[in-house]
Amino acid sequence: MKLPNQTNDQTAPSTAQFIADGLTPIFRDVFDDDELVISEVTTARDVEGWDSLAHIRIMVSIEKVFGVRFTAAEISKLKDVGTLAELVLNKRAHA
Amino acid sequence: MTNNIYECLSWLPEAATDFSRSVSAATTGAELQELAKFALDQNQLGKLANRLSYLRTNGFSLAPLVSVNIGLVSDSTTGLIASALIGTALRFGISLTIEQTEYNQVAQTAFSTENIFAGKTLSAILLAIDYRGLPLTPTPGNRVAADQNIQDCFSYVRSVIHSLRTNTGAQIILQNIAPPVETPFGSYEGRLPGTLSWLIAHLNSELDCLISDDTFILDVAGLAANVGLSNWHDPTLWNIAKLPFAQRYAPIYADYACRILAAKLGKSRRCLIMDLDNTLWGGVIGDDGVDGILIGNGDPTAEAHLHLQRTALELRDRGIVLAVSSKNEDATARIPFAEHADMLLREHHIAVFQANWSDKASNIRAIAETLSLGLESMVFLDDNPAERMQVRKELPGVAVPELPEDPALFARTLIAAGYFEAIAFSQEDQMRASFYQDNVKRIQVLNQSSDMVSYLESLEMEMTCTPFDVNGRPRIVQLISKSNQFNLTTKRYNEVDVKNFEEDSNYFTRQIRLKDALGDNGMISVIICRKNAAIWEIDTWLMSCRVLGRRVEEAALMDIVSNAKKSGATKLVGTYCPTARNALVKRHYSKLGFTNTFCDHKFETWELDLAQYQPPELPISLKYAI
Repeated sequence: MKLPNQTNDQTAPSTAQFIADGLTPIFRDVFDDDELVISEVTTARDVEGWDSLAHIRIMVSIEKVFGVRFTAAEISKLKDVGTLAELVLNKRAHA
Repeated sequence: MTNNIYECLSWLPEAATDFSRSVSAATTGAELQELAKFALDQNQLGKLANRLSYLRTNGFSLAPLVSVNIGLVSDSTTGLIASALIGTALRFGISLTIEQTEYNQVAQTAFSTENIFAGKTLSAILLAIDYRGLPLTPTPGNRVAADQNIQDCFSYVRSVIHSLRTNTGAQIILQNIAPPVETPFGSYEGRLPGTLSWLIAHLNSELDCLISDDTFILDVAGLAANVGLSNWHDPTLWNIAKLPFAQRYAPIYADYACRILAAKLGKSRRCLIMDLDNTLWGGVIGDDGVDGILIGNGDPTAEAHLHLQRTALELRDRGIVLAVSSKNEDATARIPFAEHADMLLREHHIAVFQANWSDKASNIRAIAETLSLGLESMVFLDDNPAERMQVRKELPGVAVPELPEDPALFARTLIAAGYFEAIAFSQEDQMRASFYQDNVKRIQVLNQSSDMVSYLESLEMEMTCTPFDVNGRPRIVQLISKSNQFNLTTKRYNEVDVKNFEEDSNYFTRQIRLKDALGDNGMISVIICRKNAAIWEIDTWLMSCRVLGRRVEEAALMDIVSNAKKSGATKLVGTYCPTARNALVKRHYSKLGFTNTFCDHKFETWELDLAQYQPPELPISLKYAI
C-alpha cells in the first residue's frame, strides 16, 4: 500500500477533503467495496458490515497509513466519520 | 527496515496497484493463488478470502487448489485472523474453510461432544491460546507452587487437546505462548521461579514435548520474539476487543500457520537453487578472478556472503538439496569451490551444478528433472531482480524470494520466508542431501554406460523389506504424504493411521530400503496390502522417483507374492486411481503381468493369479530384516 504524503509543510486539508482523499480509500479497502461513498455524517449504521470488528480494522488501517495511534476511549466514542476525520487531522497536526 | 522483514513479508514482491481490480476479476482458483503470492496486508488478504468464497458459492472451478477444512479454537478474538488465514492459504495452493468457535470457548468446545465441530470433517484444529486465557498464577519466589501451577496449566492444555482429538479425530496445531512485555522484576524476572515470564518459559518447554503424531507446535513465542514483544502485544486492542496481538502481524501469523498446513500436505520445499556472483560471493568471478571475489572473514561484505553459505549448509544438513544456477563458463564458476580457501560450500555439497549462458528458467527446469523433483519443490535465490522476474514469470511454481540490497540480510530473508517448514525430522532427512548427490553421480554413470543391464548389475543393489515399525514410522508417513508420481492410489494416511496398519494383523505392510555401490538410498518404497483369505488387495504402493528404472518394483512384487503364497492366498488385486500427477504408473500393473479386470476414468483394477507368477531374474538381492 502506498503511503500518502506525510509532510507537514502544507496547510492541513479540510475535513471533507481529507475524508474524500485520505479516508475513503481506507474504507473502500476495509469493506472491499470500490464504490463506497462516505461523508462527515456517515455513521456505522449507514454502512453494511460496519460491526465492531470492522471498526477495529478501520482504526488499525488508519493507524498504519497515517502513523497515528488511538486510545481505547477515542476508538469507542467516535460518533461519525466527521469526528473520526477531525481526530486524525488533529493527531497529525500535533505529531 | 530490518525489523520489518516479518511484518512486511519482505520476501514477497509488492502487489500491483490494480490488485483490488485483479481480485474482483479473478474467476479461477489458479488466478487467486497467483494473486496471493504478493506481500499482502490484512485488508488485501480479506479481499482474496471474499473472492474465494464468492467463487466457491457460485460454482467456479477452484482447481488446482486443495480443499482443507480446519477448526479454530481460541481464548481470544479470532474474527480478524480467520480471513487472513483463508487469504494466505491460497499462497500455498489451499482452498481453506474454517469452523470457528465464539470468543473464549476453548474448554466448552473441547469438553462437549455437542460442539460446532460435530459431524464435520476437520483435517486440523488450530488451538490459539494466549497467556491471558490460561490458569497461570504467578507466585514469585515459591518454586513448589510454581511447579504445581505449570503442571496444572499443562494438564489443562493436554486435556483440551485430548478431548478435541477424541471428539473430532483432527490433528492439533497448538500455538505456544508469547510472554508479556511487562517484567516487574526486570532482568531478574526470568531467573525467579513463579514469575509470569518464568511460568510461561517453562510451560512452553512442556508444550514442546507434546509434539508427536497428533500435535504440531505453531511457534508464536518465536514469532513474537522475532518481531519484538512490545510490537506484538497491543494492550489497547486487547482491552477493546480481546485481540491477542497487534493486527498488523496477522499476515505473518497466518503465513506461519499455513506453512504447517502445507507441510502436512507435503508441500514444503526441498531444493535450494543458488546464483553465484553477488549471491554466494561478492563480485563477479569472471571479472574479478578467484582472488578478487569477496568471501570469508575480515571484510563485512565477504562475511555477509559467508553467512549465506553457512545457512545453505545448515539447510543441507537438514535434508534440503542444494543446486547452483549461474550465468558463467562452467570451468570458471567452479574455481572458487575448488580453490578459494574461505569458501564453506564445496562442489560435493552441490547436487546439480548448472553454469552456462542459457536462461535461468531452462536451467531450473533441467535441475528439477535431474533430481526428479517437481518445480513446486524448488526455491531460487538470486540477487538480480531481472532474473528473479524471469523465473517467476516462466515457472510460477518455483518460489523466488525478493532479496534486500544488503547481502547481510540474504540469509535472514531466506529463512524468514519459511519455505522449508519441517513438521518432523527423520533419519532419512539427515541423509537426504547426500542421497541426491549419489543419484546425480548415478545419472553421470548412466550417461557413460550404454548397456543398461550391466549398469544395474554394477550397482550391486541390496533391497531390505521390513514390516512397518516405530522407527520407520515418520519416514513412512512422509512418503505417504509426499509421493505423487509413483503412487498407485495416492491415499494419504497420517501417523495414527500408519500405527494402526502396523498393529492390524489383517494388513501386510512393507517399508523398503535400498543400498547400492554408490550409497544408501534409505527408505524408498511403501506398500500396504489388505489380507483377505484368498485375495490380497494392494491398498497402497508408492515409490520414490529417485530409484525409477532400477527394477525395484519387480523385486517388491516378488516379496509380496512370496508372502501372499505363504499365507495361502491365490490372487493379488491392485488398483490404479489416476490423478493429475501419477500418469507415470499408468502401466505399472500391466508391466508387472497383471490382467485388467475393470477400468473407468477414475479407477482401474488389475489381478495377478499367483499360480501363474514367474519370478524374474533381477540385479537386486533381497534381504529381510526381522
